[in-house]
Amino acid sequence: MDDMDFIELDGVEKVFDVRRKTGFMRRERREVRAVDGISFRVPRGEMVGYIGPNGAGKSTTIKMLTGILTPSGGRLRVAGIDPSRERTKLAHRIGVVFGQRTTLWWDLPLRDSYRLMHRMYRIPDSRYRENLDRCVELLDLGALLEVPVRQLSLGQRMRGDIAAALLHDPEVLYLDEPTIGLDVISKAKVREFLRDLNAERSTTVLLTTHDLTDIEQLCKRVMVIDHGRLVYDGALAGLHEVGESERTLVVDLERELPPIELGSEPSVRVVKVEGPRQWLAFPASASAAPLVARIAAGYPLVDLSVREPDIESVIAKMYVSDPAL
Amino acid sequence: MAEIQAERTAAPPPVVFSERSRLVEGVRAYGLIVAMWLRSTMAYRASFVMTTVGNFVSTAFDFVTIMLMFAHVDVLGGFTLPEVALLYGTSATAFGLADLVLGSMDRLGRRVRDGTLDTLLVRPVPVLAQVAADRFALRRLGRITQGLLVLGYALVTLDIAWTPVKVLMLPMMVLSGAAIFGAVFVVGAAFQFYAQDASEVQNAFTYGGTTMLQYPPTVFAKDLVRGVTFVVPLAFVSWLPALYVLGRDYPLDLPRWVAGLPPVVAAGCWVLAGLAWRVGLRSYRSTGS
Ligand SMILES: Nc1ncnc2c1ncn2[C@@H]1O[C@H](COP(=O)(O)OP(=O)(O)OP(=O)(O)O)[C@@H](O)[C@H]1O
Ligand SMILES: [Mg+2]
Repeated sequence: MDDMDFIELDGVEKVFDVRRKTGFMRRERREVRAVDGISFRVPRGEMVGYIGPNGAGKSTTIKMLTGILTPSGGRLRVAGIDPSRERTKLAHRIGVVFGQRTTLWWDLPLRDSYRLMHRMYRIPDSRYRENLDRCVELLDLGALLEVPVRQLSLGQRMRGDIAAALLHDPEVLYLDEPTIGLDVISKAKVREFLRDLNAERSTTVLLTTHDLTDIEQLCKRVMVIDHGRLVYDGALAGLHEVGESERTLVVDLERELPPIELGSEPSVRVVKVEGPRQWLAFPASASAAPLVARIAAGYPLVDLSVREPDIESVIAKMYVSDPAL
Repeated sequence: MAEIQAERTAAPPPVVFSERSRLVEGVRAYGLIVAMWLRSTMAYRASFVMTTVGNFVSTAFDFVTIMLMFAHVDVLGGFTLPEVALLYGTSATAFGLADLVLGSMDRLGRRVRDGTLDTLLVRPVPVLAQVAADRFALRRLGRITQGLLVLGYALVTLDIAWTPVKVLMLPMMVLSGAAIFGAVFVVGAAFQFYAQDASEVQNAFTYGGTTMLQYPPTVFAKDLVRGVTFVVPLAFVSWLPALYVLGRDYPLDLPRWVAGLPPVVAAGCWVLAGLAWRVGLRSYRSTGS
């Protein structure tokens, strides 16, 4: 294993056998291909976003990367270790945060959970102190340490969980929807924390989320998965080209006029008219300047602005245009 | 050069993982988790005392029932009250020990169903230890206490010609018996990977089994006795060794030496239990959300 192949997947599959009762003593067997031949590499120290619609197979991938689930096919290595075969050995080197459920002990104060992790992972005392102090400070946990986990709010618990996943200095951190249900301030805090973690300790981070702002603010690289297949792997910016995205030009005219006509320009179209204001969509790859010049030449232009494509709609388009559908 | 060496050793040591045997790791983790639950139980001392007394009283009712029976008869299936007390005391203590150590495992089914077992699988210690130690309930000492009291009563009132073998037989049967019951708990837990209400079936063997063992084998049908001897070997928990101590006849014309078998039977049960657990855990497939 070298640092370029810190996380390695080759044609990884996970098939669930789902049995459904269809009548008295009758059962129907169905295969769900949750992950359907995924291959990628993540170098050490990279921060990657892993996104896709509901049921795409994101959580299933993470469960295979942690050793919770055994792949049905393909090859998978994390730090050179086969997760499902050497699960406990790998556990020392990874941290996991499930947004949907806590890894903390429900009935115990946060501090007790941390103490137990300290002993369980055999974290040297000085490292433990240092890591705990850092997390408490950056994630604002000071006032929560003595509170039983079940009394914490969702956002507080999530911060507690993130700290718990990092006490043993994991080399890689998996986050499955870490910002689910967080308010704006908590989200910002968590993102800043993750960015620092990645920058200062070069912890490898794999993050799933439905909030694309997380990806925009944290990850240079993004992988899009749909129906268990990888449909995009590359820079966030590149998504625009793949998704055939459009920018929007908003123009304010002097008075209410019929939709702007630019006969020779088929790729530009008016998408909305509201009084003197009109919205024109044009390819994200095209420059806005000639377009503006032409409108100004033919129409009484008062004001204008350009809106960048909304990453969310780009990805939404990608999901539906998936050939596997 | 020497200075560099010194500096190296002074740097914080990395978290070292060595391949310790899983058993040692499991026992250690079990101890850590139990210690934590004890600390949190002791924070509510009054509640601990009350639940322990409750556990003591509710389990002691079993023996009260037996005493009430002896108010009407002098012997039960050919056994006197002190003799039955010996059977009762040994099996109740053995079961109490197993229940104290592994009784929490009947919550596994729920963890499998709702997928929270996931969180135990990402920790670096055996899952069995984590499941067994979860919510360790010290109040179960109540059952052990009443078992020991009844055992004490039996030893005081019985007139036994003690030999070294008979003396050794007592701790041996309690510990082996606890191990046999413990193995049944683990097998029951393994079945919870497949059927979430398997804990009910398991309870039939554990709680039901211990109730059965509290009576002499002579009051039960032969087939039932055969079942708990050869299929689910609960007879080795207390019946056979206790009958040896009492110098009474064995059921099913078994040879005298079977009284020494409980440790062997316990070891065999644990091998099977370990296998069943492994197969069960491997079948775990988490949940979709
Ligand atoms: N334990 C399981 N048993 C059966 N089917 C499962 C199981 N886990 C996941 N699935 C199925 O596999 C597919 C992928 O699920 P997965 O949880 O990986 O999706 P996801 O990308 O995490 O979705 P979401 O965004 O909703 O969290 C879904 O169709 C789901 O129904
Ligand atoms: Mg998911």
